[in-house]
Amino acid sequence: MRPARAPRAVRSSGRLLHIDAALERIQDRRPSELPELLDTGDLLVLNDAATLPASLRGTVAASAGSAEIELRLLAREPDGSWRAVAFGAGDWTTPTEHRPAPPRLAEGAQLTLGELRARVEAVSALSPRLWRVRFEQEGARFWSALYHSGRPVQYSYLSRALELWDVQTLYGAQPWAVEAPSAGYPLDAELLLALRRRGVVLAGITHAAGLSATGDGALDAALPLEERTLVPESTVVAIAQARAAGRRIVAVGTSVVRALEGRALAGGGELSAGESSTSLLLGPGYRRKVVDGLLTGMHDPSESHYALLQAFAPRSLLERAQAQAEAWGYLGHEFGDACLIAGAPAVLSP
Amino acid sequence: MPVNDKAVLVTGASRGLGRALFRELARAGARVVGVARDRAAIEAVAGELSAQGFSAHGLAADVGAQGDIYPIAGAAAALVGPIDVLVHNASSLGPTPLPLLLDTACEDFARVLQVNLLGPFRLSKIIVGNMLLRGQGLVLHVSSDAATSAYPRWGAYGVSKAALDHLARIWAAELADSGVRFLSIDPGEMDTAMHAAALPEADPASLARPEQVAARIVRFLQTEPAASGQRFEAAQLEAS
Repeated sequence: MRPARAPRAVRSSGRLLHIDAALERIQDRRPSELPELLDTGDLLVLNDAATLPASLRGTVAASAGSAEIELRLLAREPDGSWRAVAFGAGDWTTPTEHRPAPPRLAEGAQLTLGELRARVEAVSALSPRLWRVRFEQEGARFWSALYHSGRPVQYSYLSRALELWDVQTLYGAQPWAVEAPSAGYPLDAELLLALRRRGVVLAGITHAAGLSATGDGALDAALPLEERTLVPESTVVAIAQARAAGRRIVAVGTSVVRALEGRALAGGGELSAGESSTSLLLGPGYRRKVVDGLLTGMHDPSESHYALLQAFAPRSLLERAQAQAEAWGYLGHEFGDACLIAGAPAVLSP
Repeated sequence: MPVNDKAVLVTGASRGLGRALFRELARAGARVVGVARDRAAIEAVAGELSAQGFSAHGLAADVGAQGDIYPIAGAAAALVGPIDVLVHNASSLGPTPLPLLLDTACEDFARVLQVNLLGPFRLSKIIVGNMLLRGQGLVLHVSSDAATSAYPRWGAYGVSKAALDHLARIWAAELADSGVRFLSIDPGEMDTAMHAAALPEADPASLARPEQVAARIVRFLQTEPAASGQRFEAAQLEAS
């Protein structure tokens, strides 16, 4: 599928592929038609993580003098350090798999990244590109310097450098995501208010969506790594109410599916409020415990997200949908078109 | 709405009414981020509150600079969580002594609008979407009597504040019944550096203390469930 190469000027201006698993029906719709594709009382769960400027360029002091690097933040650790993936010289215009590796470092190496100073605390056994770093600045000074030094993470299929506002949903707040929870891109205020008028209930979780690709084989095979999730009490209550009323729970984005299903699995099938990490991977035959449907982007069979889709619809139907969408001229990747998969209902008991 | 444990962002928080609101809200138990251009000044206010055991962070940024808006919103949410109360207090008079409109440079007029009107709009645009999702939140626009009275020489400032008042009303109309409220408050004449710059001949003894006005505003926010879209004058609020 051809990638969309730039952000849309109008959020809801793309197309919406509606896949009904029960009816095995595929339709070409618009995001503005979402209210009529959902019912009063259905619950839409959104990932309200804002997207960080997680790409930092700078230099590292190496044995042969200083070397250029790009550091892509992956996740903040509870102790305040960060996991990050390092690249050698260059930027997003080069495909990640063609990027040179960063210099081999000893622990303790010093990084200068714009206004930020950091120290490499550990190099992972999984890959020499995966580092744990600690920034010198703390609190307000750290966040301020990060926002002034970082750029959004992006990939080589895009036609221009992204600004921070290009990678935010309408409703993001806490900056936890290093790549945007882009399934929410089509939701503008017009659409959210129309959904409300329809009686669709909106609820949020916060999930620290990580990097989708690093160009390093060993590391890419291990993605997605553990990601942090916060499920508020109000969302647990909204899910219980929708379920009790026989309504559907629709996740906006694969990150919301991972967050809710991961947390329910950890709770023995019971969803509770709180913060935790999940490394759950869903695939064909996975018995969903919370989520009935999924609003997401267009995912190629080569992407890891594609396996997750098969927890909602059989591969044969997804392949037919993919071919149909190609024929209709749908665009892929984060700024591309959208897809609503209405799956068979989730099964509460494990 | 009790502000205890609420996440609050106050702009223009290193001096005058903004500083007094920063202190008053932190003392009332809110987790507050104060923003101002002068790093030393805003860090000093935040440091003083932190040392007293209150939750306060000082962020150096310019509300009138487009490139500073995401850093403000992102850093604030990282420090105190999703913002529950946003106070648009920062404002610029433009050049002083205040010039007549015919003597006002267009660039100075534009700069006043950047700080007093576009900055608040940009910041609200980032923060209000999440309030809408959560079905709760308050955005407070700090206004002025120059928004309603056409005082000579207060052209850029008065126009910006009149527009800011109207901005709050339109936000309120569009997001009616969403749980997100927009209010404007005219604090009245106060003994501040801004007032001295605008009217150097005024007798400070005749002016309200910003600390008293801030206390009154915070008490009002905590006790009155004011309907969205309304405008208030601090002098007419119940004395605290």
